[in-house]
Amino acid sequence: MDFALTEEQEMIRESAENFLADVSSSAAVREAMQTEHGYDKQVWQRICEEMVWPAIHIPEAYGGMGLGYVELAVLLEKMGKYLLCSPYFSTVSLGVNALLMAGTEQQKASYLPKIADGQLTATLAYTGVNGRWDAHAVQATYQKTVDGYQLNGQLRFVPDGHTADLLIVAAREQGSEGEQGVALFAVSADSQGVARQWLPTMDQTRKQAEINLTAVSVDDSALMVNADGGWSKLSSIIQLAQIAVAAEQMGGAQQTLDMAVDYTQEREQFGRKIASYQAIKHKAADMMLKAEVSRSAVYFAACVGQEVLAEQGDAELIDDLPQAASMAKAYCSDAFFFNAGNAIQFFGGVGFTWEYDCHLYFKRAKSTETFLGNASYHRELIAKQLLDADGGLS
Amino acid sequence: MKLQFSAEDELFRAEFSAWLADNLTGEFEKIRYRGGPGDEHMYPSERHQWEKKMAAGGWTCIGWPEAFGGKDASIEQQVIFHEEYARVGGPGRMGHIGEGLTGPTIIAYGSEEQKQKYLPGILDGTELWCQGYSEPSAGSDLAAVKTKAVLDEGLNKWRISGQKVWTSLAHESDWCFVVARTDPSSQRHKGLGFFLVKMDQPGVEVRPIEQLTGTSEFNEVFFDEAVAEDILGQPGEGWTIAMALLGFERGVSTLGQQMLFQNELDTIVHVAKDNGASQDPALRQRIAEAHTGLRLMRYNAMRMLSDPTSGDLDKSALVYKLHWASWHRNLGKLAMDVLGPESEICTAGPYDLTRLQSMYLFTRSDTIYGGTNQVQRNIIAERGLGMPREAKG
Repeated sequence: MDFALTEEQEMIRESAENFLADVSSSAAVREAMQTEHGYDKQVWQRICEEMVWPAIHIPEAYGGMGLGYVELAVLLEKMGKYLLCSPYFSTVSLGVNALLMAGTEQQKASYLPKIADGQLTATLAYTGVNGRWDAHAVQATYQKTVDGYQLNGQLRFVPDGHTADLLIVAAREQGSEGEQGVALFAVSADSQGVARQWLPTMDQTRKQAEINLTAVSVDDSALMVNADGGWSKLSSIIQLAQIAVAAEQMGGAQQTLDMAVDYTQEREQFGRKIASYQAIKHKAADMMLKAEVSRSAVYFAACVGQEVLAEQGDAELIDDLPQAASMAKAYCSDAFFFNAGNAIQFFGGVGFTWEYDCHLYFKRAKSTETFLGNASYHRELIAKQLLDADGGLS
Repeated sequence: MKLQFSAEDELFRAEFSAWLADNLTGEFEKIRYRGGPGDEHMYPSERHQWEKKMAAGGWTCIGWPEAFGGKDASIEQQVIFHEEYARVGGPGRMGHIGEGLTGPTIIAYGSEEQKQKYLPGILDGTELWCQGYSEPSAGSDLAAVKTKAVLDEGLNKWRISGQKVWTSLAHESDWCFVVARTDPSSQRHKGLGFFLVKMDQPGVEVRPIEQLTGTSEFNEVFFDEAVAEDILGQPGEGWTIAMALLGFERGVSTLGQQMLFQNELDTIVHVAKDNGASQDPALRQRIAEAHTGLRLMRYNAMRMLSDPTSGDLDKSALVYKLHWASWHRNLGKLAMDVLGPESEICTAGPYDLTRLQSMYLFTRSDTIYGGTNQVQRNIIAERGLGMPREAKG
């Protein structure tokens, strides 16, 4: 047992820290977030070419670096810390995972090398308009045609959906319900009948889009996984993504703690640094506890993710994916929100201004908390496993 | 990063768990799951017998160096030891003060003669130890010790006078280690000594403290010119030794403690399924939160125990006490809320509490002993976050 980062992982962490401190300053974030596109293309190019980050957990056979989910979590933590505006989360934490978990050999061979070297961005589009995150969220439909499929429907809340080159679309057999009838398709965003609309968001650092599919025709090779086991694959993809969100949240929870504590060491009131007041110290201690436990939650869940994606992973850990993901997402969602909210309180009046960065984290905390299910949603999933006769497996 | 234990460690696990299966039986069956926190007053003589049984099997003091009769067990093996012990409901260890605190302190600070005199009795389970740290006016503020030590020149031994409090198992113990002031003009952590005192002598009186549970596992211990058999180190080194002692345990028993927590949580889940509380949406949330908190406590402990190659690991240790104590206190309340009206009903009169009632009440001490939550938060803020230290009175 050795539950610590390896030397190599520490090096990845340090180089991510140095790079992001340089390219994702407050000024850079603010410039990128005000655009509809959502990111600086030159920075993205450097991320792909200099840092080769999109390749991090793509197997070497597909032109990747062949590292694991823990290494990915290390990067995501730092991206969360620096509120990096980029299509990294959508492309890697959604797109790459979907291709690795559900892609055909041909799809993997055709898309993964392009993602690895930065030619292609991707995202996952599975949520319809009903605001759910479970199987009921899948509302788009597909119909078999002579030489392929026709897709129809309205998809909402799709991360970077307006800019991604490749859409991994979840659709259901007409008339099917719940976990039945769900299939996944790899759809080029420029396919005929795909209409994409940017949705302005409260958290401007995370772009979302609505995608309307109107009689979109794809051929047979676009099918990733059919209705037999489609939801099972998709739910694993979603769970891996929940771990990725939690890793970013953990970075944000740590950063809001650090910002807040630094500020209390400068700010004086009643002739003392406000850091010297026990009311402030004790709140800061609670924030640190949440940041530390978040770290334990994320690294454990990342170890599970690693096994899920490995060729011959540990069966016991693989079975733990749903719960590990829910625990990490529930805990880190609450922790990031708690820390970001308290950071505003520590900063006082200036924490309420547009000028200081507190609001950027506070908004990111809320958007990531909501995305892929908030803490209550995940605790209910855990409760089903613990308390219900069928173990929540239905 | 690796979550699994090595094959060698798993062999160690198999060996110990087989020994437990063969030995924690017969006369010892009834002390399974007994004598833990909140229950330490139960079955003292059977549990003392059990200590000797453990010793005969070679399962006491496994973390000690081989030279002193230990197994030089690695951190991983000690974790496994505590985990397996708790898994089968091993009784509360009467020898844990000697094994975990006094022994390692004597190994580090004692003379050759002292090692030969005290270690064998701890190792073979015959001699039990208790601790004399806290005093009525020295709780969280340990340095406020008032108990005095005066050198009796005729005897060439120190005599101890004063009062210690919250001493568990004092009436069962053969020895007590006592922190006392050797220099009457000294203040706070200066001028203290670390003494080894025999309990069976005229100058030592033990009075049980009746707790909110109606039971007494803690005691007050009064010293009236009691003779200290030995002083460890030199007069004035008491604080250094006392602080070192607190660091010896290194958290290896935490995973064992979590096994007990798991057992309590399992009981609560069982009750909830049985009485329908499992269908109450608010309680479902709290049960899931408790489950999550416990699992994350485990990973936090694993980070804490892993080889510290990164500065982050010290932080997981800093928050550990605050995390488990707060979690366990919440679990106590959850247990009562899941039980509903039945939570009020005792096993028998006049005041025979159920296990969960006793746990509920006892968890109020978790956030007090070993550094209150408030002291923990000060420590986290000061050491973990570099915030200003509290002004000292």
